Amino acid sequence: MSIPVEHEHSEHHIVGPKTYLLILLALLVLTATTTGVAFIDLGILNPIVALAIACIKAVLVVLFFMHLRYSSKLMMLTVLSGFFTFLVLITMTLTDYMSRAWGLW
Amino acid sequence: MDSQAIANRTVESHPTEAHEHPSYLRHHFVTVEQQRETVSFGMWLFLLTEIMFFGGLFMAYLLYRNWYYDAFVSGSNTLSIPLGTTNTLVLILSSFTMAMGVYSAETRNRKGLIRYLLLTIVLGLAFLGIKTVEYHAKYVEHHIPGANFSVEDFVHPSDPRDRPLAPDMAQHAQIYFFLYFAMTGMHALHMIIGISILFVLLYQAYHGAYVNGHSSTIDNFGLYWHFVDIVWIFLFPLLYLISRHHL
Repeated sequence: MSIPVEHEHSEHHIVGPKTYLLILLALLVLTATTTGVAFIDLGILNPIVALAIACIKAVLVVLFFMHLRYSSKLMMLTVLSGFFTFLVLITMTLTDYMSRAWGLW
Repeated sequence: MDSQAIANRTVESHPTEAHEHPSYLRHHFVTVEQQRETVSFGMWLFLLTEIMFFGGLFMAYLLYRNWYYDAFVSGSNTLSIPLGTTNTLVLILSSFTMAMGVYSAETRNRKGLIRYLLLTIVLGLAFLGIKTVEYHAKYVEHHIPGANFSVEDFVHPSDPRDRPLAPDMAQHAQIYFFLYFAMTGMHALHMIIGISILFVLLYQAYHGAYVNGHSSTIDNFGLYWHFVDIVWIFLFPLLYLISRHHL
């Protein structure tokens, strides 16, 4: 793994089997962890831990399986802005629903 | 293939020509790198619209889970953790084999590409098979929202550790199952489309495509397949796991 190249059209980087195997291993371990944790009563923390682990898994897939780590800054920024827009939409929608049924939440 | 051979011969016969490009480089791109990046950028834009598409379903799930929390907990507890976990592992493995397929195409390894595309198809079909078993169980248990649905399991749960629901709250379990079928069904549809495309790619790879240094199609399909994997990475905890501690 080399450091992502800085110039506009980065040289195409071929990700090797070693990286893929490592990521696969990490994903399998994280799946086992999230399933195991589900059976421990953590109260409010259960969904938070489950979603945090899911986010870590998704980031690993995006960065390595989908090669974003080796892509240009333009690509990274575009993908990031897509996820950010999604979060904005969720937040705005929830704000609306929560403020309409005040006290029921 | 033939046209490519002719194109190569043409290049050879004009060694003094300044612009010698591989035949797959479209004329509106300056370099192969630029073409590769543009193609991949377009695919990412499509995937971002897919995030918004699934995002609507996730938003609905978030909202109704807060409104009818008890019904969602009871509904979630009827799902099979062993089957769900197995499916997660199968899908992650298929993402790995797809990534290896992309690697094989990039390293111009035709046999490897065929092998990994085949493995991805097998794992994808295994996922759908397990999903079918789960759907069938829902049908047998009368948990499919609509005409088939019965509140019996939720008003009078057979497991003493399950909290019985009032009949009106038990009705809201239908919303959980509606979202369960909508989300996993839409995910399964993406898998079916993906597997169909995989068969085409496999056929083309068998006839020697994608191993001449031009593998953008395989790259982009890989992006799609990994995206479908990411959707499941979020569906699995939300639908199966986060209400488990009530069991």
